Amino acid sequence: MSQPSLSEALRGVVRRDLLLAMRHRSDVAMSVFFVVIVASLFPLGVGPEPAVLRMIASGVLWVTALLACLLSLGRLFTADYLDGVLEQTLLIPQPLAVLVVGKVFSHWVISGLPVVLLSPLLGLQFGLNGESLGVLTLSLLLGTPTLSMIGAIGAALTLGLRGSGFLVALLVLPLFIPVLIFGAGAVTNSLAGIGSEANLSLLGACFLFSLTFAPWATAVALRIALE
Amino acid sequence: MFQTVALSGSRGERLLFSDISVTVTPGTLLAVVGENGSGKTSFLRMLCGLLSPDNGTILWQGKDIRQLKELYRAQFTYVGHLNGIKDELTPVENLTVSACLAGDESASGVVQKALEAVGLGRPIHRLPTRVLSQGQKRRVALARLWLSTRPLWLLDEPFASLDVTATSYLTRHLQSHLSHGGMVVVATHQEIDLPPDCIQHLRLTR
Repeated sequence: MSQPSLSEALRGVVRRDLLLAMRHRSDVAMSVFFVVIVASLFPLGVGPEPAVLRMIASGVLWVTALLACLLSLGRLFTADYLDGVLEQTLLIPQPLAVLVVGKVFSHWVISGLPVVLLSPLLGLQFGLNGESLGVLTLSLLLGTPTLSMIGAIGAALTLGLRGSGFLVALLVLPLFIPVLIFGAGAVTNSLAGIGSEANLSLLGACFLFSLTFAPWATAVALRIALE
Repeated sequence: MFQTVALSGSRGERLLFSDISVTVTPGTLLAVVGENGSGKTSFLRMLCGLLSPDNGTILWQGKDIRQLKELYRAQFTYVGHLNGIKDELTPVENLTVSACLAGDESASGVVQKALEAVGLGRPIHRLPTRVLSQGQKRRVALARLWLSTRPLWLLDEPFASLDVTATSYLTRHLQSHLSHGGMVVVATHQEIDLPPDCIQHLRLTR
């Protein structure tokens, strides 16, 4: 009789998703391409005035990151649901909530991490200074995994439904708003010289809160979806 | 020992089966037969814990599977109607990940041996699964049974898409599993070429 250890099961889930991402490089590139294009078009559309660019930077970059996450949520469980891999995942003799963390981590590595890594470069286009670039990167580092975790609940709740893309947006966008406000607020405050610690702390709290509850809620939603 | 006690199940408003009590002892295979839509897949999914029964209980070694949770899931291997493999990965990658997730031996040599046991030769091992035929994909899914060390196998239409050779490989492997004290529940439309004394039938009717 065999039973995988928790770390083995987690490693297996992450490994498969990252392998799949390597085979579907175009999907990964799409998210990055979307972020780069949107963030680059704004300065062209708004004009070269540095003060205006700095003023809109945090909002534009954060909304872009949020939309990139939303766009990639459809891939989180749908393919696994259609080919029977999700069914097999539910039967792994380890708590499903922990395996969900593995899936969400892979999703973040594929869709969120590239945005975090690119953010200093994107911020430069908006004339952000060194400190604000650091705050932007840190806020995205805390915020994008939170978005992935909240998004996973929506993706699981709408699994197998027609028009699920629209429903996911409808479900998760209200929950994304606090993360957007705290994330963009951190960069704005940093630019104004007020200090971004409060906003970053709130983002950290959102991250811990979602890490505690989202995997459990997602696991319940997945079990219901497969009934 | 594996038991269902007065098990009833429905899909939506439609009652699929009711009051099913069966016992599967080590060394026996339960063949679940019936017309399309008679509830064979739902019955099997219920045995896995993927579906909740309307009434009745499923017992593993005398204990309710709802209480055993992960402990019960470590006792069986399920090959469902869907293959549960990724088209983008190679058969070796699919099987390695499956074995890793099941806690089975996942060394490259063992995985390749399992694929060879279902008649998939080495040239196929490194191809993306999407280029394989339906029968070959089914063989990849079934190769999990060659890696499994779990006592209970739950198989939904395992012979679907298989040719005569693959069917005989699987039948021989089922026989070997039963002779080692394993238990099998199979939803099937086919006659299984095993000694009659180790097969019991459960017929579901619409």
